[in-house]
Amino acid sequence: MTPGRDYFADIGFWPRGEGLGSYLIGFAASLLFTLAAYVFVTRHMLAPTPLIAAVSVLALLQFFVQTAYFLHLGGRGASKERRAIFAGAAAIVIILVGGSLWIMFDLNQRMGVMPTTEQMEFYMQSMTGI
Amino acid sequence: MNRDDYKDSVTVFGFFTYLMTDLVLFAALFAVYAVMRSGTFGGPTPQELFDAPFALLETLVLLSSSFTAGLALLAARRERVGATIAALCATFALGATFIMLELSEFAKFIHLGDGPSRSAFLSSFFTLVGTHGLHVSLGLLWLLALIVALLARGFTRSSMRKLALFSLFWHFLDIVWIFIFTIVYLFGV
Repeated sequence: MTPGRDYFADIGFWPRGEGLGSYLIGFAASLLFTLAAYVFVTRHMLAPTPLIAAVSVLALLQFFVQTAYFLHLGGRGASKERRAIFAGAAAIVIILVGGSLWIMFDLNQRMGVMPTTEQMEFYMQSMTGI
Repeated sequence: MNRDDYKDSVTVFGFFTYLMTDLVLFAALFAVYAVMRSGTFGGPTPQELFDAPFALLETLVLLSSSFTAGLALLAARRERVGATIAALCATFALGATFIMLELSEFAKFIHLGDGPSRSAFLSSFFTLVGTHGLHVSLGLLWLLALIVALLARGFTRSSMRKLALFSLFWHFLDIVWIFIFTIVYLFGV
């Protein structure tokens, strides 16, 4: 290893000229979003629905900040290949989680309240001798 | 980019691909948790069980360890062995603290009779958070190996490459934790 060169930029791990700044920004922004979400929830500052929306948005913001500044996927010098596979994985995650929740909650709604054993027996007896 | 640099860039890409498959694993566990959350079977609900300040402490510890992992890379770029090892040791200490906190929470729940077999909600909780904790624990072992290698041989191409891979792994785990903190703990409280 020769001094003065940036091994991590040479292998395309991070953009050339990357430094403490991006880690400080990532850390400070993550702290801010975490504490904001925590205060919103513990002080009950919003009604339940907007609260869930606000906390979700804060989590997504933190997610983008960390992928950009810690995983080095943001900015112009970022690895295109890594960004591409990240986008593909994100699509799978959205389909997997969104699809599972959609199916399961829709199913719950359609099933409604499960009948009790007595109701089931009554139904079965009423159906005998058709 | 010379031949060796190119090889290392391919290794980084391959490792990143593995992380993305791991992301899909966690996504599946999150989906299971979201579906099972209300299945408490007469046992404790998330609201009764979770403690927000405790989860915040865990989050801050893991976030700080992610930051110190970044500092280790910055020190490694300047080939400062002492500073790199110091940053890695700080990362290890913070990561170990995180695991201790998590294990103490698990132990508390199990002691109260609210282990993974109590309800569907608790099964999915222990699976999701436990899988994350297992990843962090493996990361700690990897970190120890990195520190030992740096102490023994100083900076080599191989140790630099592994530092880069480790930092991706560690930041990835912190990103997964954002969603555990939000979906499991904040939505639970």
